[in-house]
Amino acid sequence: MPAVCCDSVVLDQIALTESVRLLSASWNDPEHLPHAGQFFMLRCWGMGEGPFLSRPISLHYWDPGKKMVEFLYEIKGEGTRRLAQLEAGDAIQLTGPSGNGFDAQAIPQRARLALVGGGIGTAPLYQLARELNARGIRPDGYFGFRDEPFAMESFRGLCGVVRVATDSGRFGFHGLVTEMLEPENYDLILTCGPVPMMRGVYSKCAAAGVRCLVSMENKMACGIGACLGCTCHTKEGPRSVCKNGPVFEGSEVFGE
Amino acid sequence: MSEQNLKTSLLGFSLNSPLMGASGTFGYGVEYAHMVELPKLGAVCGKGLTLHGQYGNEGERLWETPSGLMNSIGLQNPGVEHFIQVELPEMEAQLRPAGVAIIANLGGHSEEEYEEGAALLSASSVDMIELNISCPNVKQGGMVYGVKAEAAAQVVRRVRAACTKPLMVKLSPQAEDIPAMCRAVEKAGADAISLTNTFQGCAIDLEKRRPVFNNIFAGLSGPAIRPLALRMVWQAVGAVNIPVVGLGGIATGRDALEFIMAGAQAVQVGAANFVDPRVINRIYDEMADWMQANGVKSLDEIRGCARG
Repeated sequence: MPAVCCDSVVLDQIALTESVRLLSASWNDPEHLPHAGQFFMLRCWGMGEGPFLSRPISLHYWDPGKKMVEFLYEIKGEGTRRLAQLEAGDAIQLTGPSGNGFDAQAIPQRARLALVGGGIGTAPLYQLARELNARGIRPDGYFGFRDEPFAMESFRGLCGVVRVATDSGRFGFHGLVTEMLEPENYDLILTCGPVPMMRGVYSKCAAAGVRCLVSMENKMACGIGACLGCTCHTKEGPRSVCKNGPVFEGSEVFGE
Repeated sequence: MSEQNLKTSLLGFSLNSPLMGASGTFGYGVEYAHMVELPKLGAVCGKGLTLHGQYGNEGERLWETPSGLMNSIGLQNPGVEHFIQVELPEMEAQLRPAGVAIIANLGGHSEEEYEEGAALLSASSVDMIELNISCPNVKQGGMVYGVKAEAAAQVVRRVRAACTKPLMVKLSPQAEDIPAMCRAVEKAGADAISLTNTFQGCAIDLEKRRPVFNNIFAGLSGPAIRPLALRMVWQAVGAVNIPVVGLGGIATGRDALEFIMAGAQAVQVGAANFVDPRVINRIYDEMADWMQANGVKSLDEIRGCARG
């Protein structure tokens, strides 16, 4: 189902940490229902008023009853700074849902799963954990942060084990999230976070012979597969992160 | 919604409107086909093709600037034959029934490549070929032909001989002399001219203390270039007797009407599609509203009017 572009309304925005925000907006298009791992292009400024391009933000949570999409994002630059100023009732342009996302329906119900998130890369894993739980699959969660974890409570009811690592050692395990992970205990590992982390997760998975899906990120202009600005190398040749991804087999992007 | 007529004739085609999706910003049209109201879209210029497919450039491909965007995609494309077998049938299925003209944009690394690519496209169902002699992002690519009028004329002559489709030549703003370039490609057999492609720019990453782009220079598009592009379109219209299709930073109906009043037969919309994938709908409506408010029934009444 191709992406659509809608003029939507902000429902709420809350600050989880100094730099992390949870933004909810209405999504009323019944023909374009989002799922985990997909993303939207967000924009709340006119041409010439802010950054030229919209900002790709992954879906954190989708509530079909409330017709509400939630985005968990980190303020990193001018675009996200503008998004952070939004309040309930403000207008927001949403283009999506884009990308392939994770296919929770294709995962065998008896599979042993681990979700591995790094920093703001934990955002799409919440919707994924919900979709997996809806299928009766309870994944384990491994989450790494620089210093301060966020949005972890929401995972506790959805995951078997929730383990947190911080670079600073302030919370949880002092070190990298990849150090805590033992892939041989799982049939499939799904990861989203900084590329070095995902490469590390993939390497451990590959060594253990465990399948690994990674959610990639790149700068995007269109977010719908038209501009080829976000192309990444894969074993199958060039692929658009926005259209063919963002979810790829780890071996496709990190394999030898 | 006003009832003004925006139908536009171009090289024997009756286009739904003067608005085209510009090459490189509109995919092969199918990505936008459900967001743009197709009866408001005149044509789609597909992503630039080369005879053989290519990955394009490594490193950064996108960089934002004030009211603009620099890109260094490097003509990533699946190759002419793949296009004819895979992408073109999708364009035919989605665009053709709505009367949207299909324009293949062709780049090349040598005159032979241009010639062979044009011959293949000539035998396909595309309506026109837009010859890209202006890509700033391919080292051995179209740009060589985009600067010197004689080099441009040479490649246009060869493509003209190999090509039975209407041929629109897309010019670079890096051309040494725009009027001379326009006259040279007209004389060499171009049926129409489109301009401008992106302006060569540069950006430095302060943290890395290096150029942002691997090729150092990249192509700037968006509203930032619009007055520059409009000046060149004005010059082109004054230089040749073939239709001129204008592009460069068009984002509103008023922008498009500026190009029409400068004498452009049609216009292309590029980077603005990234800001709002529905922007062509709005541009069309704003043009129609302006025409209605000003008692203009057809674009023919105002085309080139600014020239006096």
